[in-house]
Parts: sequence; C-alpha cells; structure tokens
Amino acid sequence: MALLEIRNLHARIQGVEILKGIDLAIERGETHAIMGPNGSGKSTLAKVLAGDPSYEVTGGEVYFQDRNLLELAPEDRAREGVFLGFQYPVEIPGVSNTYFLKAALNAIRKYRGEKELDAMEFLQLIKERAKSVKLDEALLRRPVNDGFSGGEKKRNEIFQLAMLEPYLAILDETDSGLDIDALRTVAEGVNSLRSEERGFLVITHYQRLLSYIIPDKVHVLLHGRIVKSGGKELAEELEGSGYALFDEAAA
Amino acid sequence: MSATTKTLEELTNRKYEAGFITDIEQDTVPPGLDEDIIRFISRKKAEPEWMLEWRLKAYRNWLQMPVPKWANVHYPPIDFQAISYYSAPKRKEDMPQSLDEIDPKLKETYDRLGIPLHEQEMLAGVAVDAVFDSVSVATSYKAKLKEEGIVFCSMSEAIREHPDLVRKYLGSVVPYTDNYYAGLNSAVFTDGSFVFIPKGVRCPMELSTYFRINAANTGQFERTLIIAEEGSHVSYLEGCTAPVRDENQLHAAVVELIALDDAQIKYSTVQNWYPGDEEGRGGVYNFVTKRGLCAGNNSKISWTQVETGSAITWKYPSCVLRGDNSVGEFYSVAVTRGRQQADTGTKMIHMGKNTRSTIVSKGISAGHGQQSYRGLVRITPKAENARNYSQCDSMLMSATCGAHTFPYIDVQNPTAQLEHEATTSKIGEEQILYCNQRGIATEDAVSLIVNGFCKEVFRTLPMEFAVEAQKLMEITLEGSVG
Repeated sequence: MALLEIRNLHARIQGVEILKGIDLAIERGETHAIMGPNGSGKSTLAKVLAGDPSYEVTGGEVYFQDRNLLELAPEDRAREGVFLGFQYPVEIPGVSNTYFLKAALNAIRKYRGEKELDAMEFLQLIKERAKSVKLDEALLRRPVNDGFSGGEKKRNEIFQLAMLEPYLAILDETDSGLDIDALRTVAEGVNSLRSEERGFLVITHYQRLLSYIIPDKVHVLLHGRIVKSGGKELAEELEGSGYALFDEAAA
Repeated sequence: MSATTKTLEELTNRKYEAGFITDIEQDTVPPGLDEDIIRFISRKKAEPEWMLEWRLKAYRNWLQMPVPKWANVHYPPIDFQAISYYSAPKRKEDMPQSLDEIDPKLKETYDRLGIPLHEQEMLAGVAVDAVFDSVSVATSYKAKLKEEGIVFCSMSEAIREHPDLVRKYLGSVVPYTDNYYAGLNSAVFTDGSFVFIPKGVRCPMELSTYFRINAANTGQFERTLIIAEEGSHVSYLEGCTAPVRDENQLHAAVVELIALDDAQIKYSTVQNWYPGDEEGRGGVYNFVTKRGLCAGNNSKISWTQVETGSAITWKYPSCVLRGDNSVGEFYSVAVTRGRQQADTGTKMIHMGKNTRSTIVSKGISAGHGQQSYRGLVRITPKAENARNYSQCDSMLMSATCGAHTFPYIDVQNPTAQLEHEATTSKIGEEQILYCNQRGIATEDAVSLIVNGFCKEVFRTLPMEFAVEAQKLMEITLEGSVG
C-alpha cells in the first residue's frame, strides 16, 4: 500500500466547500508537487492532512501507512510521521527553539515506544542537524520563530523536519517570500532529507522551486480538484502556458 | 522551594507559634470592631503603650475614610462589624481530622505539585502534631542568621524585642492614613514578619514565611516590615504555590520595605489563595498594600509576584525612589480564571536623580476571569534623568474573559525618558495547531506557550520557586483554552 492514499477527499471551511474530491497516492521515496493558482485549495489540502480543526472533512478517506489518518488527533498524526512545513510558521515568544524541539521529539519518541532523549543526547543531535541544514546555531537559542526573518522561518521549518524525521513531509509554499539564495538553501536542505523511506508533498505556486527540488510527479490543483497529473515536465509546461489552459479543460 | 528549605522555615517559626498558641488558647472575641477590641489585641500581644496608641490613631482615622470604589472589581459591600478581629486558633477537635475530609480536588492538586503528605495536612488545616526530624537543622539556621546580626522574627516578637527599630520604621512607608485597607490593617494587624539586615550584610539564604501559614489566623491582617541597612542584600519569599484554604474572606496585608544606601531588597510572592467555587463563592478577597522605599542612594527594590489565587485581588506593589540612582523593579504574572477578578499593577515614584524603574506585567485571563493592569509612573520635579520602561502584556484564553489596562503617567521633569509597550494576544489556535503538528499535545502546548509568555517574570524568581511557579501555571490553566 502507498505511504499516503487520499480517496475522494472533500473538505470545507465555514460552510464553503474547498476540496471537491481529491484523489492522490504517494509512495515511499517519492516526491510529489502540487501546483495551482491562489484559492485552488492547495493550502487547504495541507491543513486538512495535518488535522487543522478549522476545516471540516465532509467526505472521502485518507490512509497513511494503512492508518485512517482522519480519525487521528493532529498530534497523533505528527507522531505517526506526518510533518507539515507551514506557509506562515507561527511565533512562540519565550519558548526557545531547542526547548520546543526537545518537547516535540520526545513526545514523538514516547508515542512510538522509544526512549526519550536526555539533555546531552538531544543537544548533540540538534547541533548535528542544524549543521546539516545550515541553520545558524544562534537560532536554536532564540524563541521559536520570534523575530526571525522570512527566510529564517522557512529554514527553521526544514530544520524541524530534519530533527523530527517524519515519513511524510508536506511543504506548504515553502518558497513563498524567499529570495533566490534562501530558496536554494531551503531546497538543498530538502534534497538532503529525501530518502527511500520518506515521501514529500511539495505545494507551490511557482515552477521555480521545482527546478531545485525535482519532483517525481506533478499535480495541477484547480477549484478543489486535481485536473492533471504528470511527470516533472508538467511543471515546465505550466510555466509556459499558465493555469488558464487547465481551467478551460476543467470547465 | 526544596523540602529542606521548607523544613527550615517551618522550624524557625515553630518556637514562636507554639508559644503563641498556648498563650491565647482560651481567648476569643466576638465579631465587631471598636477601640476595646483594639486594646484587647494589643494587650494580648503584650505590646508597649506607643504601639496601642498608634493602633488607636489608625482606627480613629480609618473611621473617617471612605471605602475605595475606583478599582475595576465588583463585590458586595463588606460588613466590617461581622468580622472577628481576634480569634484563637481552632481547637483540634474542630479541625478536619484527616486529609480524607478535605476537598478531593485540593488533595489532587497537592499530589500533583508533589507536596509531601505531612505538609499537605498543614496546608489543608488538618489537626496534626507537627513532627520534625531534625531540630538541630533549625538551630544552626537560626544561629547562622544571628551570627550575621540578622533579625528574622514575627512582628509581635519584634515589637517586644526590637521596639526602637519597629517604632522608627513602622508606618514610615505606608502610613495608616495611606488608604482604607492599610488603615484597617494598622489598627488591627495581628502578626506578620520582621526582617532587619544590618549594614554591609548579605543575607546568606532566602528568607521565607512559607510555613507561617500554619497559624491560619495571623494571615488575615498581616504586617510585614523589612529593613535593609547600608550596603546590605536580602531576598525574601512570601507565600507558596500550594493552594491555601482559609476561612477568612478578607485579607488586608501591609508590607513595607526600606532600603538604605546601596542596599538591595528582592521580594518575591507566589499567591494562591482559595479563588472560590465555580461561581466565585467563598473566595478570598486579597486587598494588599505593598510598598518599598529606596531611601538611600544606589539602593534597589525588586518586586516579583505570581498571583494565581483569590476571588478578588487588589494589589500594587510599589517603589518610592527617593535616593539618587536608585532602582525599582516590578515583575508580575497574574492569572484570573473562573470568576476571579484582579486589579493589580504598580506605582513607581521617581524622586531622586538618575532613578530607574522597570515594569513587566503579564496578565493571563481564562474562563470568566477579569483582569486590569493599573500602573502609575510619576516623575517628580527634582528627579533629573529618570527613566522608566513599562511593558504590559495580556493573554486571553477564552471568549468570555477580559483584560484591561489603565496606565497613568505623570511627568514633571523634562529630562525623563519613559517607554511603554503593551500587547494583547489571544492564545492562538494557530500556535496550538503548530505545537500539535510537531507532536505536542494540546495541554502541553498551552503550558509551553503560557510559560513562554511568563518567562521574563519567572526568571526573576529564585530558581526553585521558578520551577514551582511553572508547574503551578500548568495546573492552574489546565483545560482553560476555549
């Protein structure tokens, strides 16, 4: 069975239906990209998968490693190995990045019946991983995302991904607001984390990111439905023609 | 505080308490207040004539004072004639005989705070004979303080043993004319703590009143006086994180601090009086006057408070910065939930040159809790180059709670520099989702976010107290988001 299998997923927020029947399967080791214009439902899909309570699932099923994902609380989805890199990472003043990640990692380890890391083990791990994704060590001591630049916030998301080692990483517009250098660093971080065990779902507005993170499959999301799927060349095609073409096809 | 520290404090106060209790076992006075009652209290405590005179003057003045109405709190009028101003401690047969007789919720909280069983019994007012494992520890503790020339005793004892110091300083920072509740306290106070740190001495340990709570009836009108002579340092801890049950609804304490040249006083409070039931019935009214006088040059007074209890809190620990280059600090975390109301803040009165003050106030409201920050920063005409930094942050955890801010600024010298920052935030569903998405459960997320919010204040608490305060916050706010 696939790592993630979404069948005919419908979801709404405040009575407005946003997802109107999504079907998608991601295998272990695969990187999928979802592209689509503003308002097509990209971020909604990411948040529904993470379990954001402001969205209501009105139909369909989601299986993650054979578990019914929709039945799980958001924290349990995370503990099962679903990670969402947020489009707008929130700030948590007064809580250091290190402290936050220790709480997170140990909650996950505990859930999986693994030994919680002590302070020394954790410190060693966090330094090693910060280095691997080129995160400035000073950011580890600063409060979570508090006063971080846009680029630092996104890099911090990738760093958390490296720390928590999920089986599925959903990156919601990780490229938004990044200059080209920051974009490259973030993409390098992601690429270093790609593995046979791990799937990625990269949500983006622009083809640009996909020249750095080469996807195995690309899906075009429009009006809450996937209107076309293909290989990485689909992204390039979109760059040339825009979404209008698909809009007509969908209509 | 560690168990050892607690035991020490317990033991240092034991001698006095025991004596006190035996002394008055037969006495009770009926509810009501008049000059005879005050004479009775003074006589019972074997006070000198001047003390009685002072009490009577305070009483006569109090009679002329109107009940203050300006605070943003609401409660039915208090009948001062219905209160008993002096009563002997309860006899054992009237007290709960074991922890099984107390509110299971209270018991649960004690367990979660990790309070040892015999201490739980004391806090809950269970009739027990205190058992101490080591008297010698207390003896060496007292000996150590004495060696340094430090006086740390009850106010009653100080009036008898150190009358000159008490007479000189009592009422010098908070005169009995100051406000209604301070006036009442001056007339009827039954006990409190007295601390004197002589010139150049750094008090070698944190001083605390923790276990004096055992003598439940002294808590109602408590009077504390701390004097730090030139160049001395002292850190004083008041209260405890464990919820304290008390049958006295009105608490009107007065705390006076005096710091002479180069002296430093740090006063930390954790207050967790009974807040009442879900409708707020039966909770403690905590109407306190706390004020420190930086009398000397280069002196410093620092208040830190963590307020989680009481039905109504009315409290403004303040600093009068009279000495040049003196420093005043106020760090506060106040939580109101259920039906709790708090009107709290500080006053920083700058009189000396180059005086500096810092105010950091963190208010958390949940349930139907209502909270007001009220702060005054006054720069008097002679206070050249005074500086103040104020920061007031409020966090709202429900749709039914409220946070209000009343900052007063009065600048009479053009060289002053004042900064005021204020924020109000709702504990974000987004913040909680973010934590959840990293594997952290909602309850843990709330405690993480709240402790982060309070961090600037908690880090000013003595280490062990800070750990307890965090835990207290966690338990207090459990299930409060909504």
